[in-house]
Amino acid sequence: MAFYIIAFFIVVPAILVIVSRNPVISAIWLVVTLFAQAALFVLLNAELVAVLQVLLYAGAIMVLILFVIMMLNLNKTSLKWRAVTGERLILGLGAFYLLAVLSFVLWMISTGPAANAPAKEIAGTIEATGKLLLTKYVVPFELLSVLLLAAIVGSVVLSKKQKVKET
Amino acid sequence: MELLIDIAKVIIIAVAVLNLIPVLIWMERKGSAYIQDRRGPNRASILGIKLGGFIHNIADVFKLLFKEDIIPNKAHKIIYILAPMIVLGVAISIIAVIPFAAPVKIGEYVLKFQIADLNVGILYILAISSLSVYGILLAGWSSNNTYSLYGGVRASAQMISYEVAMGLALISVIIYMGSVRLDEMVTMQGANFWDWNFFRQPLACIIFLICLFAETNRNPFDIPEGESEIVAGYHLEYSSMKFAMFFMAEYAHIVAGSMIFVSLFLGGWQVPFLPASVLQGHLPLLLAVLMQATIFLVKVIFCCWLFIWVRWTLPRFRYDQLMYLGWAVMVPLALINIVITSILVSR
Repeated sequence: MAFYIIAFFIVVPAILVIVSRNPVISAIWLVVTLFAQAALFVLLNAELVAVLQVLLYAGAIMVLILFVIMMLNLNKTSLKWRAVTGERLILGLGAFYLLAVLSFVLWMISTGPAANAPAKEIAGTIEATGKLLLTKYVVPFELLSVLLLAAIVGSVVLSKKQKVKET
Repeated sequence: MELLIDIAKVIIIAVAVLNLIPVLIWMERKGSAYIQDRRGPNRASILGIKLGGFIHNIADVFKLLFKEDIIPNKAHKIIYILAPMIVLGVAISIIAVIPFAAPVKIGEYVLKFQIADLNVGILYILAISSLSVYGILLAGWSSNNTYSLYGGVRASAQMISYEVAMGLALISVIIYMGSVRLDEMVTMQGANFWDWNFFRQPLACIIFLICLFAETNRNPFDIPEGESEIVAGYHLEYSSMKFAMFFMAEYAHIVAGSMIFVSLFLGGWQVPFLPASVLQGHLPLLLAVLMQATIFLVKVIFCCWLFIWVRWTLPRFRYDQLMYLGWAVMVPLALINIVITSILVSR
């Protein structure tokens, strides 16, 4: 029951994100969706992931997105109807392909052996997650941190270049 | 039964925090007056009783309740109304994980003086407080006023920058304590004040306190509402009770911030030199709990006074100074502190 209530709060705001014409309003609905996803993680006993979801996605990243929307001052009038062109047709076909793959996978999972197996109890506490990250998944974890470091260095380099041009 | 106890906890603690707000407003007015060598509020009275200017709060409540509630024509109405609610709601819900006294055993049942005992503890506080930016940002945007928008944008930039340093300062405390649960952290600090974290983690303590000032938008960091530059910032267009909600949220934030600071660095409910086991063994249970809750309240009010004291002593930062302090001073210091702490702990 709790799952369906939370799912409602994920799906309906997600639709409203796409439907609303005002970019600020759709950003707010996105925050609601992300917050509801955190509730779903709590339901799965993954408390750490839930808190990080709120802290990073709902708290930090969405604030930056709202920040940029307000700085650029996007409003309703700047969105216009666009014509169907060849490029957009290809993009649309790509989206349909993704939809087909996803629904195929979902169908496979729901009918396959995994659907009938008993759900494993996940330990989502900080201790359990931390131990897993630094033992079993230590290589991907460190590689990810290198990736993030590269992204940080990249953004610093990009912003430095702009400053040189201005002066 | 458990549900009833939980409901009682929520009501009692929320009401206690809301009642601290007028006390703080009175402390702010009277304290600022004495700092500036004035008399402060001393006119409002009921039948000649003035309570040292405290009656002004009641007069304020009536004024704010009966004022005309103006919503600007071009404001985005729903968000305009929602924003103050978000700010106040977030400020009060931070308090959910703070322990007020040592857990008491009544037969089999362990009564915890904490609304929610989460195993993510301190991370919950960080997560919820990161949501408080929305209230301010949306208030600034929905008012459809350039000054308000400036205030909101400034607030979001400031809060995100200082959240980073705050989280890093907390990491060294977490490494030192080996736990993220607030009740465990308070218990582990013990009754001797030289074991409390402000003594054991002085650098983290100072960084955390400065970031707390920035997160609550109090004076050295109150550029989101800097009167001399952007009139009143994000709550410029608000009037009546909607303005009162922003006003209350500011003080609720101070109370919540002080409670977090006291639990993390000043030993929470620990009575100096009297551990919980001694208190509960020699005194009636109720008295022991009351004593711990009182000492907690005393520490919290001291911290709240610190907020007021600093506000009326220091001038406001300039915007670039604020960003420099956040990113180029606090973050590196917090990182160094993490390295030192991990070396000391691993030894």
